[in-house]
Amino acid sequence: MNFTLSDLAPALPEVFVLAMACGILLFGALTRDSRLAHVLTLLTLLGAAALTAFTAGSGTSHAFGGQFVDDAMADVLKLMSYFATLAVVVYSRAYLAERGLWRGEFHALTLLALLGAMVMISANHFLVLYVGLELMSLSLYALVAFQRDSALATEAGMKYFVLGALASGLLLYGMSLIYGLTGTLELPTMQAILRAGARDSLLLAFGLVFLVAGLGFKLGVAPFHMWLPDIYQGAPTAVTLFLGSAPKLAAFAFTMRLLVDGLEPAIGDWQGMLAVMAVLSLAIGNLAAIMQSNIKRMLAYSTISHMGFVLLGVLTGSLAGYSSGLYYAIIYVLMGVGTFGLVVYLSQGGFEADALDDYKGLNQRHPWLAAIMAMLMFSLAGLPPFVGFYAKLYVLQALVGADWIWLAVVAVLFSLIGAFYYLRVVKLMYFDSPVADAPVVARQGGAQVLLSVNGLAVLVLGLVPQALIALCNQAMQLSLQ
Amino acid sequence: MMEAMLSGVGLLSLAIWVPIVAGVLILMTGGDDNREGQRTLALVGAILGFLVTLPLWAGFDIGHARMQFEELAPWVPAFNVQYHLGVDGISMPFVILNSLTTVLVVLAGWQVIQARVGQYMAAFLIQSGLLNGVFAALDGVLFYVFFEAMLIPLYLIIGMWGGPNRIYAAIKFFLYTLLGSLLMLVAVVYLFFQSGASFEILAWHRVPLGMTAQVLLFVAFFFAFAVKVPMWPVHTWLPDAHVEAPTGGSVVLAAITLKVGAYGFLRFILPIVPDAAHELTWLMVTLSLIAVVYIGLVALVQNDMKKLIAYSSIAHMGFVTLGFFLYNPLGIEGGLIQMISHGFVSAALFLCIGIMYDRVHSRQIADYGGVVNSMPRFAAFFMLFSMANAGLPGTSGFVGEFMVVLGAMQENFWWAFFAATSLITGAAYSLWMYKRVVFGKVAHAQVAGMPDLDSREFLVLLLLALLVLGMGLYPAPLTEVMHASVNNLLDHAAQSKLVY
Repeated sequence: MNFTLSDLAPALPEVFVLAMACGILLFGALTRDSRLAHVLTLLTLLGAAALTAFTAGSGTSHAFGGQFVDDAMADVLKLMSYFATLAVVVYSRAYLAERGLWRGEFHALTLLALLGAMVMISANHFLVLYVGLELMSLSLYALVAFQRDSALATEAGMKYFVLGALASGLLLYGMSLIYGLTGTLELPTMQAILRAGARDSLLLAFGLVFLVAGLGFKLGVAPFHMWLPDIYQGAPTAVTLFLGSAPKLAAFAFTMRLLVDGLEPAIGDWQGMLAVMAVLSLAIGNLAAIMQSNIKRMLAYSTISHMGFVLLGVLTGSLAGYSSGLYYAIIYVLMGVGTFGLVVYLSQGGFEADALDDYKGLNQRHPWLAAIMAMLMFSLAGLPPFVGFYAKLYVLQALVGADWIWLAVVAVLFSLIGAFYYLRVVKLMYFDSPVADAPVVARQGGAQVLLSVNGLAVLVLGLVPQALIALCNQAMQLSLQ
Repeated sequence: MMEAMLSGVGLLSLAIWVPIVAGVLILMTGGDDNREGQRTLALVGAILGFLVTLPLWAGFDIGHARMQFEELAPWVPAFNVQYHLGVDGISMPFVILNSLTTVLVVLAGWQVIQARVGQYMAAFLIQSGLLNGVFAALDGVLFYVFFEAMLIPLYLIIGMWGGPNRIYAAIKFFLYTLLGSLLMLVAVVYLFFQSGASFEILAWHRVPLGMTAQVLLFVAFFFAFAVKVPMWPVHTWLPDAHVEAPTGGSVVLAAITLKVGAYGFLRFILPIVPDAAHELTWLMVTLSLIAVVYIGLVALVQNDMKKLIAYSSIAHMGFVTLGFFLYNPLGIEGGLIQMISHGFVSAALFLCIGIMYDRVHSRQIADYGGVVNSMPRFAAFFMLFSMANAGLPGTSGFVGEFMVVLGAMQENFWWAFFAATSLITGAAYSLWMYKRVVFGKVAHAQVAGMPDLDSREFLVLLLLALLVLGMGLYPAPLTEVMHASVNNLLDHAAQSKLVY
């Protein structure tokens, strides 16, 4: 394998982010100037976005002998990851500064996790996929435990690490079985070999079970979801915010690369597994969320149910299904970042706004923030005219188009249950009076502007959904060619 | 299709967006410091919204059943969803009724609502625009968007300005109606594939479907619309919602929101799944008659005036659904007239109860008595509306009920017989309530001190009284408007679409 410099071109954003992350780590060690790290991080994200956007129109290109692919789906997911991470960095600034966590290390770790996510998104090879996953996961473990004096956060970090390692083990075992069967680690080659006829369908199914189980862990879908609520609740809210952004997109990419790029010929095997996981996620996520009194935990369960919806799109095995999954994942991240962003925003002045009761009477305390939160909640519940509705519609359409009508009915019925707990948040904000000692919400300039943009995006993308839907559709079409 | 596309903004778009934009503007004026300005802005928005709907009536061509004032623009080409609006003789009157009701609601809340005035007014205006959208939408997804989005303002209205048990009522209202509409979403997507990737409602009218598919679609649509109507036995959310809602909320709920359900029967169920509808006529007629007879009796024993009117609404809507499933012009036109009449009468009754509630702060019949002594002008109006509710000839309430009974007589004597009992129970509960509230001794000191109508209240009730009498004495203009569309609908409903 001859390595040339031009090989690096498709991976330029990754190289850039890596260099900047190292730089920020160094600067952080030398100067301890958090503001510099903050600005550099923002510049990194914008620069990476520019680099990705610059290569976006040029079609699929490969690097490192085909191990790394830069296709349209990767570009869309990466761009969304940058913006989500950007929002995370902006939203969490005041929160972290107040708790003495706003340091260079936080920024460096965030960028490294993002880098891991980017590698996963572009991976075309089992090992690259795994390396990206581990880079992302290890950074996230450290981030979750970043607040060292908090017992809850440390416990969450530990739990995340142990379970994450278990999941990685499952994945590796599954990969080794598939490797044994096909003799290759490269996803396209694997697909070609399997398409020509699997040599041992039992072994294939056996390997797939492990792969899908590992995947379930990383996506956070039932029955592999147990870690998620604890970690979401235990981690500092700013980190929870990040957990629900770029890593979710990476997990979606991971699913697509493994199951579609590599193992699509085995769709008969994984389709059923995904259907079971999706239905379980919808059921457990929505039912358990009703019983929560902690908003972070409630949103964690809500995440589980939304990831179930993403799986519903993917399992149809059609172009419409894949693009609906992509669209849903992007829209979910948009909504999730906004919701957790608001939780982070309200956790100020030594106050953690993580109990549902902390949202009582928000309409009287701060009508605009309440309006943003209400729009996000209605959107998460899938009500028009908010964008969450189109995400659901797209998936339902893919399901009905592939003759999975009963799954569509199950999905909408669980959405109804889901609507209850989202409505409860609206009820708390609008119908109840604020508790007596509710703190005054202080203004945080940049975060408030970005939150407003985020909230309005949920409405505007709902009123004019065409552009993003077409983009997802087109990206998926180009990537599958 | 392309020539139907209008270059500018059409009347229907104005009817939808004028109130919504006014509502958003009100929200932008901030908190309660600007109360006066917000009220005025709301009234201006509501009146403008009403004025833009008047040309719909004036320019309506009653000679044919095609959609009029059509607007067509691509909206989400990826799903083939279009911004397609248009009205026929069935939907046009409701757009006007709704826009008029909004003006009344803004006036009704003028003094009563003192907290978060801007949000209150904005919610009603936005709601009004969305309801117009429901009646004007000719695209399945567009319809669904308006159909669901209108839940949000009403949820907030009930929950924020309602009575003591408002939170329970608001959530029950929302989840109940959402349950119905989510199944419809699956049905909409299914029809999209059956019709060759089209969300056009009018195209769905021509899609051939097998019996099983028709019955399943019927069930999905039935849940969506029956909950809204509401039909027995899925009516239980309505009394709760009515009792807890503020006066304006009750008015909109009774006058317009319930009509959305009945309208859905005509726009979706009858023409799209005619064979299933014929097959299940027995069920629909039975449910309708149970609503008419049984719910009428339930209304008789209520102690709370709002609850009484709520149950009476369910009974009246039973008449509407009965009329629709008779498949003759008398029945359907009678049902439509009944819908519009009920829009006026129930709005007026809820306003009357609101007027008394503002003075005494009770809705219990037992807390009143002798109101005529302190409020003679009010008592006169209240009398007229109670009579209309009972279906007195000469009021609008009579026309629709009579047409439906006649229509039922053509099909089956016993249907007509049971339907006609409502003329007795309706008179019983309406007039008995009237007697207990208005006549008799002045039971409480508070009642003695009630001031009579002020000019704002007088104006609102006078307007409604004129409409109720006008429709009762000369309903012909309204039936003329509907005639062509109803006949066209019956043609559709009579044609079998079965594929084997």
